[in-house]
Amino acid sequence: MLQKIYDWIDERVDITPLWRDIADHEVPEHVNPAHHFSAFVYCFGGLTFFVTVIQILSGMFLTMYYVPDIENAWRSVYYLQTEVAHGQIVRGMHHWGASVVIVMLFLHTLRVFFQGAYKKPRELNWMVGVSIFFVMLALGLTGYLLPWDNKAYFATQVTLEIAEGVPYIGEMAKTLLSGDPEIVGAQTLTRFFAIHVFFLPAALFALMGAHFILIRKQGISGPL
Amino acid sequence: MSEKKQQVSRRQFLNYTLTGVGGFMAAGMLAPMVRFAIDPVLQTHARGEYKAVAEVDEITTEPQRFDWTIDQVDAWYESEVTKSAWVYKDEKDDIIALSPVCKHLGCVVSWEGSGDYPNEFFCPCHNGRYYKDGVNVPNTPPSAPLDVYEHRIEDGTLYLGNAKPRGEA
Repeated sequence: MLQKIYDWIDERVDITPLWRDIADHEVPEHVNPAHHFSAFVYCFGGLTFFVTVIQILSGMFLTMYYVPDIENAWRSVYYLQTEVAHGQIVRGMHHWGASVVIVMLFLHTLRVFFQGAYKKPRELNWMVGVSIFFVMLALGLTGYLLPWDNKAYFATQVTLEIAEGVPYIGEMAKTLLSGDPEIVGAQTLTRFFAIHVFFLPAALFALMGAHFILIRKQGISGPL
Repeated sequence: MSEKKQQVSRRQFLNYTLTGVGGFMAAGMLAPMVRFAIDPVLQTHARGEYKAVAEVDEITTEPQRFDWTIDQVDAWYESEVTKSAWVYKDEKDDIIALSPVCKHLGCVVSWEGSGDYPNEFFCPCHNGRYYKDGVNVPNTPPSAPLDVYEHRIEDGTLYLGNAKPRGEA
């Protein structure tokens, strides 16, 4: 049945080369943990991607209940956490995943660094990767405010002070982030929400696309 | 069955194992999210309470509109919501409380809402009409009679509950 559907589409669109190009490629011996167990260090990039997928999915589902409004943000989070079936699990996945993704990203970076895999011609991909790291940190930072509880509020207060510390443009940067020169409130929350769910994910997708295209184009770096 | 041993190649075995493990992981990931998303469909809704709407002496044979408020809990948002009913006594002296929501597309109907159609409920949106007993006038847009409120009378006060479609009432 599935085979028939596949054949029907393939006959018309010729999708086999498309997915072969994406999914079907040789794994060199030195990155295969079946040959050398120490090759498990090559898994961290894929694990980062896997956790990112979890973050995207759980985040999409959380917005079914969450409202980015100072009156209702905390109450909607409380509601989805206490009244909605599996709310604790879905929010828990997003909450813990946010930390796990940073850990995986860091381990992946360490592997690339200590193996010297960033060297020419892969410096460009290293730069893309560092950008992804910063986008991830920004995602964690903007997401931290969204539950609108005390911890979130005061953490954001600190973040904005840091932004204000930038020479010359500090005050503008702070106002740009918080939406008001003095108040951390309604406009701050909507801004952080928009940045968290639209702007940064868009940047993340573009960068991840570039990261994967480059690795496929240049191939995995050779054995040590 | 057949004497021949079913041969599973190494490649097939790995394919099945990987698909199985991958499917298990995907399912484990998606199950809580899907259950989370479909929760509103599965939640049981509390039955509406009866609310005091009018004194029985106020009610005449002419439909009158009565408004009352209910406390509505909408997830994390609680508010007071106004409901209305057209209430009258029929020939048998029974109290009839009709929902004002048109059965065509949900506009609000009024008793004698149009000068052209006396003694009928009228919906201004698409000229839907109902007779006094709430039954829709044939060949006008509505396809069913107006809903009827469940009612109860205690100490000369009329209490109304939920509006129900005519078939179930």
